[in-house]
Amino acid sequence: MAVFDEELRALKERVLKLGSMVENAIQDSVRSLVERDSNLAREVIKKDHQINALEVEIDEECIRLIALRQPKAGDLRFITTTMKIITDLERMGDLAEDICERAIELNEEPQLKPYIDIPRMAEVAQGMVRDSLDAFVRGCTKLPYEVIKRDDEVDNLTVQVFNELLFYMIQDSHTVSRAVKLTYISKYLERIADHATNIAEMVIYMVEGKIIRHMEIIENP
Amino acid sequence: MQERNRESEVRSQKSKETKIITDGLNAWFGRNQALKNINMSVKQNEVTAIIGPSGCGKSTFVRCLNRLHEEIIGARCEGRVIFDGKNIYDPDVDPVLIRRRIGMVFQKPNPFPAMTVYENVVAGLILEGRMKRSELDKAVEKYLMLAALWDEVKDKLYQSGASLSGGQQQRLCIARALAVEPEVILFDEPTSALDPISTAKIEELIQDLKKEYTIVIVTHNMQQAARVSGYTGFFLLGELIEFDRTNKIFTNPSNKLTEDYITGRFG
Repeated sequence: MAVFDEELRALKERVLKLGSMVENAIQDSVRSLVERDSNLAREVIKKDHQINALEVEIDEECIRLIALRQPKAGDLRFITTTMKIITDLERMGDLAEDICERAIELNEEPQLKPYIDIPRMAEVAQGMVRDSLDAFVRGCTKLPYEVIKRDDEVDNLTVQVFNELLFYMIQDSHTVSRAVKLTYISKYLERIADHATNIAEMVIYMVEGKIIRHMEIIENP
Repeated sequence: MQERNRESEVRSQKSKETKIITDGLNAWFGRNQALKNINMSVKQNEVTAIIGPSGCGKSTFVRCLNRLHEEIIGARCEGRVIFDGKNIYDPDVDPVLIRRRIGMVFQKPNPFPAMTVYENVVAGLILEGRMKRSELDKAVEKYLMLAALWDEVKDKLYQSGASLSGGQQQRLCIARALAVEPEVILFDEPTSALDPISTAKIEELIQDLKKEYTIVIVTHNMQQAARVSGYTGFFLLGELIEFDRTNKIFTNPSNKLTEDYITGRFG
């Protein structure tokens, strides 16, 4: 049993490593936009394959553990949750890559406006990723509910960013290309927050064995 | 055909019913208490698995369900076992009749070694002595078919039962148990002496049998409990720790002790 416990611990560590790689990618992607640093953006894009490789590695390890250890109850929920969480993390990595691509394009042109809401969105989304992973590691059910609530904040910011950019586009058609790209970026961040919400929901399943996905009202117990 | 559809409909409705209820069941071997206040129910046309470490009282529990426990010297039990609404420990109940209605298949295949395959299947019926030869022939075929053994032994009916392989012997014992037409079959670790192929055959058979019978299976193999049963009871030191749907027990047990046992973190 000690061997299996060790394997589970190592698995958890790898998920955390993947999580921190994704967090960095998100942070750097937004920084490359705000600081107009296209080299940083290219670096993030270059490093995405590491995220993909680790995701596959963790996936294979989960399958191996299911086949060889036949996990049950809490162990089973931990491993199946891991398999789902890493898919969300990998997608977040892809979205960070998308942000970088738009940033590189935007950095070629004069800055349309000061970036205020987008860094704010990135900050909230990153916090959601961090807290949902923290909850995963600690088996905590309080944090996930908070993460799920914070998703609304990101959604509101997305609408706000869109309305503001719409105003630019109506005013001056020369801004359309840049405004659309910024709209994309805010949409990518909004998707990242959604993936963090997925992780939070899965952590609640892992800890309590209760599936809360697709439910309208989520109550904090 | 319609008749049969209706029959299976009635059966599936009946399947929601409870076949056996134990109410405050306690059992002893001499001064040693083997079961402590077991309150559990067994659903009709379902497979109920009993799991737990060695010496937890699993076998004693099923042996109390058909009054086999009391056959051991110094063994006794208290409490009620309600079978179709009637306590089988009431003084007016004949234990022999109960054992007919609640049959048992044991861990080690135990065909009567001096008997042929044929005689083994109908041993119980011959004992009653009210069947003609032609009726016995039919019964042998019917129950060997039901036990998924007919094709393998139809040309060996007059060989000794002991000449069959272990897996075949176990299915022969199942055929023998079925021949007296019980309503419930208790399996006490029926595959622990068998290889994986024979085990798979018995498990498949159990799935088929639950359409007609109510089944309780004691098993050391948790994967087996997960595969074959709809309900699972976890026993520990003579107590029923948790009883729930098998799916619940194996994905999200309510009791920490159950979790520790099924995830192998016991002790």
